[in-house]
Amino acid sequence: MLIFEHTAAGRKTKIQAPETDTKISDIPENLMRKTSAPLPEVSEMQAVRHYTSLSQKNFSIDTHFYPLGSCTMKHNPRACNSLAMLPGFLARHPLAPDTCSQGFLACMYELQNMLCEVTGMAGFSLTPMAGAQGEFAGVAMIRAYHDANGDVERKEILIPDAAHGTNPATATMCGYSVKEIPTLENGDVDVAALKAAVGPQTAGLMLTNPSTLGVFERNIEEIAAVIHKAGGLLYYDGANLNAILGKIRPGDMGFDVIHSNLHKTFSTPHGGGGPGSGAIGVSERLKPFMPLPVVTREGDQYRWLTEKDCPQSIGRMSAFMGNAGVLLRAYVYMRLLGREGMQRVAEFATLNANYMMAKLKEKGFQAAIPDRYASHEFIITLKKQAKDLNVTAMDFAKRLLDLGYHAPTTYFPLLVPECLLIEPTESEAKEALDGFIEALVQIQQEAETDPDMLKAAPYTMPVNRLDEVRAARQLDLSWGSSRD
Amino acid sequence: MPFIPHTENEIHDMLSAIGADSIDQLFDEIPAHLKIKGLDGIPPGMTEMDINRLMQDRAAADGRPICFIGAGSYEHHIPSAVWQIATRGEYYTAYTPYQAEASQGTLQLIYEFQSMMTALTAMDVSNASLYDGASGLAEAVLMAVRANRKSKSRRILMPRNLNPVYGKVTHSIVQHQDIELVDVDFDADTGKTNLAALKPYEGEDITALVISQPSFFGTLEDVDALTDWAHANNILVIAVVNPLSLAVLKPPGEWGEQGVDIAVGDGQPLGAPMSSGGPYYGFMCCKKAHVRQMPGRIVGRTVDQQGREGFVLTLQAREQHIRRSKATSNICTNQGLVVTASTIHMSLLGANGLERVAASCHQNTNALVEKLSAINGVDCAMSGPRFHEAVLKLNKPVADVLTALAEKNILGGYDLSQDYAELENCLLVCATEMRTEKDIALYAEALEAALC
Repeated sequence: MLIFEHTAAGRKTKIQAPETDTKISDIPENLMRKTSAPLPEVSEMQAVRHYTSLSQKNFSIDTHFYPLGSCTMKHNPRACNSLAMLPGFLARHPLAPDTCSQGFLACMYELQNMLCEVTGMAGFSLTPMAGAQGEFAGVAMIRAYHDANGDVERKEILIPDAAHGTNPATATMCGYSVKEIPTLENGDVDVAALKAAVGPQTAGLMLTNPSTLGVFERNIEEIAAVIHKAGGLLYYDGANLNAILGKIRPGDMGFDVIHSNLHKTFSTPHGGGGPGSGAIGVSERLKPFMPLPVVTREGDQYRWLTEKDCPQSIGRMSAFMGNAGVLLRAYVYMRLLGREGMQRVAEFATLNANYMMAKLKEKGFQAAIPDRYASHEFIITLKKQAKDLNVTAMDFAKRLLDLGYHAPTTYFPLLVPECLLIEPTESEAKEALDGFIEALVQIQQEAETDPDMLKAAPYTMPVNRLDEVRAARQLDLSWGSSRD
Repeated sequence: MPFIPHTENEIHDMLSAIGADSIDQLFDEIPAHLKIKGLDGIPPGMTEMDINRLMQDRAAADGRPICFIGAGSYEHHIPSAVWQIATRGEYYTAYTPYQAEASQGTLQLIYEFQSMMTALTAMDVSNASLYDGASGLAEAVLMAVRANRKSKSRRILMPRNLNPVYGKVTHSIVQHQDIELVDVDFDADTGKTNLAALKPYEGEDITALVISQPSFFGTLEDVDALTDWAHANNILVIAVVNPLSLAVLKPPGEWGEQGVDIAVGDGQPLGAPMSSGGPYYGFMCCKKAHVRQMPGRIVGRTVDQQGREGFVLTLQAREQHIRRSKATSNICTNQGLVVTASTIHMSLLGANGLERVAASCHQNTNALVEKLSAINGVDCAMSGPRFHEAVLKLNKPVADVLTALAEKNILGGYDLSQDYAELENCLLVCATEMRTEKDIALYAEALEAALC
């Protein structure tokens, strides 16, 4: 039932709005609304009950193991939320003068510095509001750098075929064409193909390391040298930063610019799809181009840097300074972990992934790259099951929901057929991993004995498989439209 | 170990299952000389008690000044239920609803959100949100370029009475795609875009006209005439609107003969705290004919195999994870949690509640303008109807006055001379429903003192 269907016209239970009956009389009629907007009219209790019961139809980290590969669904500490929502922080107007913003600015300044330290970059801007926006800012800086050098013939960005879809989409938004670089069977970038592709037209390379195949790119130094020698810059997609946090830094690997998904590595909530944060780090030579604003310290005072201070900046990404509340959560998380805690992140994320991969191999599952250690995630391919038993990765994924586990990422990366990309994160206990492994073993047995049963899973969710073709063909995108 | 549950025994068992001697061994593919020894620049970890104290001190250090700034972020009352429900773990810690069967809560909520936004804007369809209003306008410009097939010019008319930072963000985001953003001037007395300023573009190839209602100055545009002018010249119309104002003002779907083509804005006034500028969300609505050009997530209602109603992400063929370099945008997430809060906010207030909030903001700003413009050295700078912001002209530079007011715990408004050379000594003020008569009296008193 929709909230609109709880509506009764004339219901007046509201204490949330000011008690005023005055109508606006000094705005001309032709600029005014003629009839009230058709919004729900419900009591507070009806709204609370409706949205509480809707929430109960969700899987979440707080309720279920959620090993969604490349998404880093780690625990979101509650202190991060309650401290970011202190009334003083919530009530701060974004344009409040620096003199009454020192507490907030101190947090942002320290966050910038901690991100520099942990990634080995020279500067950080916190303004991009999501990973994809961070990517955009990063590639735009690469372009601004080449343009500032009068190097305008560089029109191409190189991207490995295992990359996230945002990488090529971003390059296009920045006016670049995209050339894909193949990946070898062992998971490494095909360096010979890279060398053949690179040239005076190369603006840069976008790389995720460890890659989406769940292995560390072993030739990273050679790759960096090839790109730099050609005059290109190296972009680090920070989607998988959790795998190396405290072990090795993108700056030390030779990257010129990185974005960090704070909602992955630094544990800010995913919120059902945002808000995220794609803070962006740069090497010394890209510092003048950083998006604004950035916080600086002068003496014991903090202030925003603006266009006046940074005339070469690629500009602004948001109306104010990005998702400030998300940034505060990341700040609290980093302070709680501290330097020792930060180093343990990659260690235990990697231990958990390798343990699961080893156990699943032992149970007969096929790892996509079986002979190497996994990073913080790994891939199981079900192509054999698809061929022999006619069950797919999607069938496994849906059946996992019945057994109380959120499905791993399916059908990504695109290179591996019938794949499950599994990322347990460091915050899961061994017993959760064992439970998930048992569930996959059970589903394998079901696939062998009763494959048709799997085809119709899940059985215990509020709905079973939905008709996506109908959704796209007979568009019903709002309550109003369906009433017409 | 903070947030890491492993015991020594478990670590040992797990390593034996892997066949490794130590955790370090799992990293042996990383070149040894690149590994770091430590993170000396990061402070040692803190306990929850210690971080509580630090953050409480910092939040308190910024004080609680009385706010008369608007300029894109507004202090409104948010019912207690809104964030209590929105931060339930089932919403707070879920991911984008890719597994629809295990995400019906978030999916239905987004469908309800889309329904509320189409109700407010009187447009056909809404997406699941974008990052904020400013970047939403950039996405609308890119969308208009795709949608206006009659236009080849990629020229967009941008009124100068639009929030200037919206123009800056749009420029940052679209500048690499051969799109030309053309300034359109406003009338100095009324703050409105007048048709005379548009005259030179009649019969020209223009892709879209942006209309801001209300304008950055709080004044109201003749939206019917502007919309009809654009459509008569084969120009698409992008409305930038404050969603709260739509409780009382004519919705963009009804502007002119045909309504606008795309409506965007920032959802902050509907349940998001000011919170230093975010997270807010951008909303985007459009005519049905343009839905396949719309960026961002869209939720549709459908049925399952047993004919039960359910909700899914739909029209995904537009998106980056399918289309890669040919996607309509690189956008991936929306602002899900803020949308969750906002949907609950709109349910609690309903149309009548939002109308009362809007009317109260309008009244308070009128009262503020009346009170302040009675002071010697203060004039109301722009005539005509307004929503809930107004421009005052002072007899001295605004920056000094704002500093003096801040010392008395008052945030007096936004200094327009930063962005507009012709608006020297001009101050943009706003009084939402949160401002009381006493607040307004305090402001008047402090301003009088600052000006003499």
